[in-house]
Amino acid sequence: MSHTDTNDGKIAHAHDPRYGINIMIWITLLSLTVITIAVAGIDLGNYTLLVAMFIAAIKSAFVINYFMHIKFEDLLFKLFLVGVILVLLVVFVLTGFDVFLR
Amino acid sequence: MSDSTVSTNGDYVNFYQYKGKHTGILGWLLSVDHKRIGLLYLGSMVTFFLVGMTLGFFMRLELWNPGQDIMGPQTYNALFTLHGIIMIFLVIIPGIPAGFGNFFLPIQIGAEDVSFPRLNLFSWYLYTIGGLLAVASLFLSGGPIDTGWTFYAPYSLRTGTEVIMPLMAAFILGFSSILTGVNFVTTVHRLRAPGMTFFKLPLFIWALYSTAWIQIIGTPIIGITILLVVVERLFGVGLFDPAMGGDPILFQHLFWIYSHPAVYIMILPAMGVVSEIIPTFARKTIFGYGAIAVSSIAIAFVGTLVWGHHMFTSGMSDESRWVYSFLTFIVALPSGVKIFNWVATMYKGSIKAETPFLYVMAFIFLFSIGGLTGLVLGSLATDVHLHDTYFVVAHFHYVMFGGTIFIFFAALHYWFPKMFGKMYNTKIANIALAIMVVGFNMLYFTFFILGYLGMPRRYYDYLPEFQGMHQFATVGSWVMIAGILLMFINLFLGLKNGKKSGNNPWGGMTLEWTVPSPPPLLNFKKIPTVKYGPYEYEHYDEVTNNVN
Repeated sequence: MSHTDTNDGKIAHAHDPRYGINIMIWITLLSLTVITIAVAGIDLGNYTLLVAMFIAAIKSAFVINYFMHIKFEDLLFKLFLVGVILVLLVVFVLTGFDVFLR
Repeated sequence: MSDSTVSTNGDYVNFYQYKGKHTGILGWLLSVDHKRIGLLYLGSMVTFFLVGMTLGFFMRLELWNPGQDIMGPQTYNALFTLHGIIMIFLVIIPGIPAGFGNFFLPIQIGAEDVSFPRLNLFSWYLYTIGGLLAVASLFLSGGPIDTGWTFYAPYSLRTGTEVIMPLMAAFILGFSSILTGVNFVTTVHRLRAPGMTFFKLPLFIWALYSTAWIQIIGTPIIGITILLVVVERLFGVGLFDPAMGGDPILFQHLFWIYSHPAVYIMILPAMGVVSEIIPTFARKTIFGYGAIAVSSIAIAFVGTLVWGHHMFTSGMSDESRWVYSFLTFIVALPSGVKIFNWVATMYKGSIKAETPFLYVMAFIFLFSIGGLTGLVLGSLATDVHLHDTYFVVAHFHYVMFGGTIFIFFAALHYWFPKMFGKMYNTKIANIALAIMVVGFNMLYFTFFILGYLGMPRRYYDYLPEFQGMHQFATVGSWVMIAGILLMFINLFLGLKNGKKSGNNPWGGMTLEWTVPSPPPLLNFKKIPTVKYGPYEYEHYDEVTNNVN
């Protein structure tokens, strides 16, 4: 809230870039993408969408936590993220009222 | 900090006079000062507004007689599409936040600038590139886009007109909007002056803050939707086209998930301006500060959930229809809180009926008509009959034009002396407003009746029995345009020859009225410490005597 803490750059992110972890996550993401494509070829009936969304959620968690740095941020940013995810869920549910009941 | 506000001989230097690294036109195009960027936005928006207004003028001329008058149906389709795209994406959505928000948000919270000044300038460049792409698309081989501003599939997938470039223009404009939102949220959280807690923020800031969140959360959805349409047009993927197994109603969902909250991006900042102007001219603390502040957040949140009311006749499920109808009625509650609190603020106030206040009165009258007719459209039974008629056109012009644009004009008159240090002729400004209100109601109230009688929107032709009302509305458009032009000419003359306005001509209490007019480069000689709420008139002398 004060001016000094942002203008002089003292609170700039100082965490270790940890390239090793980032590369590991990148490889994990690629693997999950391969799994997504492979699973798409299997007939899972009504579960197809569920499985695809589950894998996508895991991938998102990695991207948000590491590549978008949320894991290293203050509580406030995490709360904002939770709020946004809740809005997304509500949007899914409301759209579902049409898609599944049409 | 003080070096930039005072010249070597001790005189105060305003942000126009300040000589930075660049001068002349580059001093504007490369400036990262939030005030200059705000003025760049305002200049661009007024230009685009005049273009959009001219398109509307020609549409009304075409409707003077049934059948073809001055243009064919294809040109008419292109005209209403461009009128919508320009007015929505280039004027009303960025309107108050990007223009007045940029100029006044940092000053009202006691900051020197926004958190990311370079990103701020980049946002304006994105806005300009988006605007130019939209205009350039008119001259491409396919011809101007004719889908309406809603780009509904499957027509937008099949029309032979140029669709991809205006879609990309909207995509780029969306990025500009997101970046402005990120900048404002960060600035409000991190750069408030000492003592300025969230519940001491001016209500304009609360409105901008709520709006910024919708910009951040909602805009990516329209961006993705636009890309999906482009992908489908280029590669025939079959996402929205029913002939290829796609779902056109899904497009409507995705479009309105953003575009209904966008309505609140348009109106919330305007409500914030109203909450600034009324206490200033009633000389009274605003009634229910907390309720107004929280109602902005409530409108932003509930407004995110009501998009389906644009789709009652689209063929979506019955369950959806009553759910969205119910949610739509809920959003009327926080809107009502604001209207009643504004009126209660005026009760027993020492009202000075100056020009900005009169604009706000016009707004309350017009916006209330727009809001109440919204309930007619939010009810399932009546919407089925009125959907896609002139009634809808009248409703959203009362809300968007009578609401947002009238308050854009009010803000222009309210902050003009602060932005330019000069005063316009208030008598002419009041006459211009009166002419506009008369013309506005002649034009758009007639639309309510036409719509009720069954006149469909977006038709370049009509049945002979509607001719009298169409002609009356067209004459109304001339009256309204005359009022708008008189207003702009008056402001231009004020800018050129107006008297010096002084630092606080209206007797405002928020921080912008404690700095010189026009403000210095970094706004304050010394960052102020805030002790009181923004409208506590019992402390007026103490706050305003502490001039920076």
